[in-house]
Amino acid sequence: MSDTKGARLVLDASDITRALTRISYEIIERSKGASDIVLLGIPTRGAYLAQRLAQSLEKIQNQTIVVGTLDITLFRDDLRRQPIRPLMRTDIPDGSIENALVILVDDVFFSGRTIRAALDALNEFGRPRAVQLAVLIDRGHRELPIRADYVGKNLPTSLDEKVIVHLSEVDDEDSVYIGSVS
Amino acid sequence: MKHLLSSEDLNRDEIITILDTAARMKDLAGAKKLPTLRGFTIVNLFFEDSTRTRISFEAASKRLSADVINFSAKGSSVSKGESLKDTALTLQAMGADAIVIRHPASGSAYRLANAGWISGSVINAGDGTHQHPTQSLLDAFTIRNHFGLVGNDLSGRHIAIVGDILHSRVARSNIFLLSTLGAKVSVVAPPTLLPIGIENWPCEVSYDLDSVLPQVDAVMMLRIQTERMSDSFFPSELEYSKRYGLDAKRFAQLPGHAIVMHPGPMNRGLEISATVADCERSVIVEQVANGVLIRMAVLFHILAGESL
Repeated sequence: MSDTKGARLVLDASDITRALTRISYEIIERSKGASDIVLLGIPTRGAYLAQRLAQSLEKIQNQTIVVGTLDITLFRDDLRRQPIRPLMRTDIPDGSIENALVILVDDVFFSGRTIRAALDALNEFGRPRAVQLAVLIDRGHRELPIRADYVGKNLPTSLDEKVIVHLSEVDDEDSVYIGSVS
Repeated sequence: MKHLLSSEDLNRDEIITILDTAARMKDLAGAKKLPTLRGFTIVNLFFEDSTRTRISFEAASKRLSADVINFSAKGSSVSKGESLKDTALTLQAMGADAIVIRHPASGSAYRLANAGWISGSVINAGDGTHQHPTQSLLDAFTIRNHFGLVGNDLSGRHIAIVGDILHSRVARSNIFLLSTLGAKVSVVAPPTLLPIGIENWPCEVSYDLDSVLPQVDAVMMLRIQTERMSDSFFPSELEYSKRYGLDAKRFAQLPGHAIVMHPGPMNRGLEISATVADCERSVIVEQVANGVLIRMAVLFHILAGESL
């Protein structure tokens, strides 16, 4: 793919599948098989990861997992610093997260500002019992005191590198690349 | 987008972006409040009476956490003779980020935006008989939702606009916006209520409502604006109602899927009968609810994004 020219492959399709399977088991272990889990994916790719995690959890536990999406654009603290971003779909299952165990799902965990915005957004929708965070890649460089509960892969990066996540739902393949900012 | 002055200024992609944003705003209905425009001041500058538009802009601004200042000409220094310029300079001194203006003079929004009096954005909420762009956006949004066309334009759809086209900023805004979206627009009115030059607008003209109704997907009834009726445009209200009013009998000529719209306020019994206004296929209340979403989307596109 054109955006991965000169970039290095760090995870291939089976690595991603294994990481998501492991995260599913970790979720089950930590939540002690709770039935009030709501997976909320952050669009675009976090939403697909949440879908995949839900499928994997359903396979393991044989129970339906509630999954939705949360677009955090309107909650960002940097709206005035960049051009307008199109809003993405938000779908809070049954319209409520009251007393649920919400697990936020995103592809790349970086400054932590997206997750801060997501926490603010959740606050507007209700009061979850607890909020946890699952990410495919943790690339470091946090700017806020936020950490992930479930990490697919810790990927040490420098600030002039970029992490490129491809998922077959929107891209042609499942892969994670690391490249330099052109 | 710095200002929103006229639906003629918007191209197809811009319109679709605003409509899509409004749809996403609807997703967030479960949120108590959205912090997006915190710290922004929006002034509702209304020189003309309004219920829906003013409340709708106020609700939209507050949903997005902006500070709202409501200004109506009645009870202000305007009734002491203060000019639009001096009012604008006052608002500029108070630091308004956006001014939502309704004014009886056509072109007043353009003047406010381009005269160099203010540095903020201007949103036209109706200027005389000229334009009311947010109304046409919410009408397009309502039609799109109703026919399940979310994310698309309105190509292949046929919309009739019926009544006082001459004085109607709603008609002007809609003719241009709906045709930009690919819809076919027919205007239906007595010849006295059609503006000069209508043949150059992107719409078809008819004097006969009964022949148009069976072909349309949506019919938009306009209010007979008694405050702008300085001349005799038709012999009597009864005669107008008989030829151009939408009553139950005419309603029956519409295709089964067609919807009935009205920008409000309605003259029940004149341009639309109460039975039709309250029927299942009337989307008049939906239009009002969609108005808040559209105005949120417009405020977002005008005020968020890179500051210059």
